[in-house]
Amino acid sequence: MSQLMIKVGMASCGVAAGAGDVWKAIEDFIGDHPEITLEKTGCVGMCAFEPLVEITPEGKKTITYGNITPEETISVIEGYLNKDDAKIASIAGRLIPRDEKLSKQTRIVLRNTGIIDPTSIDEYLEHDGYKALEKALKNMTREEVINEVKASGLRGRGGAGFPTGLKWQFAYQAKDNKKYIVCNADEGDPGAFMDRSVLEGDPHSVIEGMIIGAYAIGADEGYIYCRAEYPMAIRHLLIALEEAEARGYMGKNIMGTGFNFELHIKEGAGAFVCGEETALMASIEGKRGMPRIRPPFPAQSGLWGHPTNINNVETFANIAWIINNGADKYASLGTEKSKGTKVFALAGKIKHAGLVEVPMGTPLREVIYEVGGGMLTDKPFKAVQLGGPSGGCVPKELLDTIVDYDSITQTGAIMGSGGMVVMDESTCMVDIAKFFLNFTQNESCGKCTFCRVGTKRMLEILQRITEGKGEMEDIDKLYELSENIRKTSLCGLGQTAPNPVLTTLRYFKHEYIAHIQDKKCPAGACQALIKFEIDADKCVGCTLCARRCPVNAISGKVKEPHVIDQNACIGCGACEAACKFGAVIKS
Amino acid sequence: MEQKRPELDAIIDRYQGKKGVLIPLLQDVQKLEGFLSRDSMRYVAEHTGVRLAEIYGVATFYTMFRLKPQGKHVIRVCKGTACHVSGANLITEAIRSELGLKKDEDTTNDGYFTVMEVACLGCCSLAPVIMVDDTTHGKLTPDKVAGVLTKYR
Repeated sequence: MSQLMIKVGMASCGVAAGAGDVWKAIEDFIGDHPEITLEKTGCVGMCAFEPLVEITPEGKKTITYGNITPEETISVIEGYLNKDDAKIASIAGRLIPRDEKLSKQTRIVLRNTGIIDPTSIDEYLEHDGYKALEKALKNMTREEVINEVKASGLRGRGGAGFPTGLKWQFAYQAKDNKKYIVCNADEGDPGAFMDRSVLEGDPHSVIEGMIIGAYAIGADEGYIYCRAEYPMAIRHLLIALEEAEARGYMGKNIMGTGFNFELHIKEGAGAFVCGEETALMASIEGKRGMPRIRPPFPAQSGLWGHPTNINNVETFANIAWIINNGADKYASLGTEKSKGTKVFALAGKIKHAGLVEVPMGTPLREVIYEVGGGMLTDKPFKAVQLGGPSGGCVPKELLDTIVDYDSITQTGAIMGSGGMVVMDESTCMVDIAKFFLNFTQNESCGKCTFCRVGTKRMLEILQRITEGKGEMEDIDKLYELSENIRKTSLCGLGQTAPNPVLTTLRYFKHEYIAHIQDKKCPAGACQALIKFEIDADKCVGCTLCARRCPVNAISGKVKEPHVIDQNACIGCGACEAACKFGAVIKS
Repeated sequence: MEQKRPELDAIIDRYQGKKGVLIPLLQDVQKLEGFLSRDSMRYVAEHTGVRLAEIYGVATFYTMFRLKPQGKHVIRVCKGTACHVSGANLITEAIRSELGLKKDEDTTNDGYFTVMEVACLGCCSLAPVIMVDDTTHGKLTPDKVAGVLTKYR
């Protein structure tokens, strides 16, 4: 019998989609089949197709199956083992043209995710792992490493886009015999999961980037601050740390070069503002994570008063590739001011939700329609939200905007960390603005008055508008509050909090006006402005709607017209979807 | 004389002399009893020398810390952007209605379920998503909620 290699995508999203059951089914099956090798891998990025199973028959090309059940998986494995072509063909509907799906991407940060087993350092080493560290420590001076990163044009991938090499230089120039390097893995933007996937799928690439950075700036200690909502990421980091130390890539006298470095994992406790660097440091020190005034910048005075360099996960994951392949090769990708690639988490009303990496300069249209496969349903595209609560909504007129820090900033949104949520005609833009403001208002640490109170007032105004109780002056008030919050907040959270409101006002003001003047929600999303009623002439009393209603708001006798209790109705539309007679009317 | 709490002493000992450990220390205390009780916080303050006000400040700042006991099963409703545009608030309402929770309640009277809204769980492609204990349930609709909860009753 021939050998068979099977890999299952076991990142958080895969497990949530049922990869655990598939894994278990294979594990049970291979008890009697020593010719099968089973391995887990990280996020391939094709989240819409989870669970994903890859099968490599000996000497043949790898075949990828998606949306597959445990039974189908076993069936297809039996097919390959017994060379039963009919059995293989019966599962052909689950085949995923993986190469075609990935061909439009350029994978630097995601070079290993979904390919290697993230819990095995040997697999990372087989994929050029720790070669860049060896090269940096043995053949490059600290200045040369910094110059290489500067020449690559890499800018901070956390969102603000500060040149990484320059940041390193500041920390390098700071005079102190104790310095720290910190990885910001507090990925808090709702709708973003890039960093989670990298940490789960290729933790060593982040660790290697950090050790190189530590060498360059002269730090001997580091922290990875990871949000606690990512238990698998933390688990994989801890395994990676232990393995790296056991192989001598960490600890005392690394690879005999005399360089020492120790790394700690710090779990967050749930506070979005801790993504801000000074708040993050306060949190590592065990305090309330509240931002402070800069200067002094962390490069002068950071953790416990020592010079500290902070970069995000994706930034560090680029470093080893740059050292191995050279700054020129990296800088050949992208635009004049934004080099390299950017990872995006595609989500929302898009066909192929998942993780994608494209060169800077790629138009948004291409990311959504070619890489992402276009819209999920036949409802037309309305906007794409970039940059989470600090970002904004880009309308369809601007879909040709390219992915580049400066071009995206011009639209009023920001590049942000990489969340890209696609919205169709069923999404209300006033509701989206309210959603993000609710988020920032909740997460404001309360230090600056306008951020603490101003966001609350803005939220109240938006709440009124979505309930059909707004006035035209409210729009002016929103502008005024936005301006004041932007000007008087200490940190990025407050300074950018009005962005979702400002961009939706800029491109979708007509929706605000429709809510205020016509008391209508054009998207049919605002619950207070929509009403479901049953047409007594069409209703046959089949009771289906009453059974489907999640809040028991529908009553009526069998074979008699039903009635919806408007006070109890939450406007979910389950009755409308269930009715076979078109008797439920939405207005 | 105050009662001895050996289980808390063990946690405090583990972090003795280390810097920046208040958050993980409190996380461990919370793991012990499911929430941070007033007594435990006071005990930690007295035995570590950290002021009670500082402990309370940290406990109320971070969303992971709970000051009230929680139900046997914890339902986390994701309120990330992708879930929001896919109708997450309708899911919350359906769950609350199914459990018969009143406006300001988040735990059922029988102590069986606690409902909370959480920031993005990072499973955006499966939106809308809820997590019951450690299991994620995706691609939900309001009328599927009852079926999911039945499994935990």
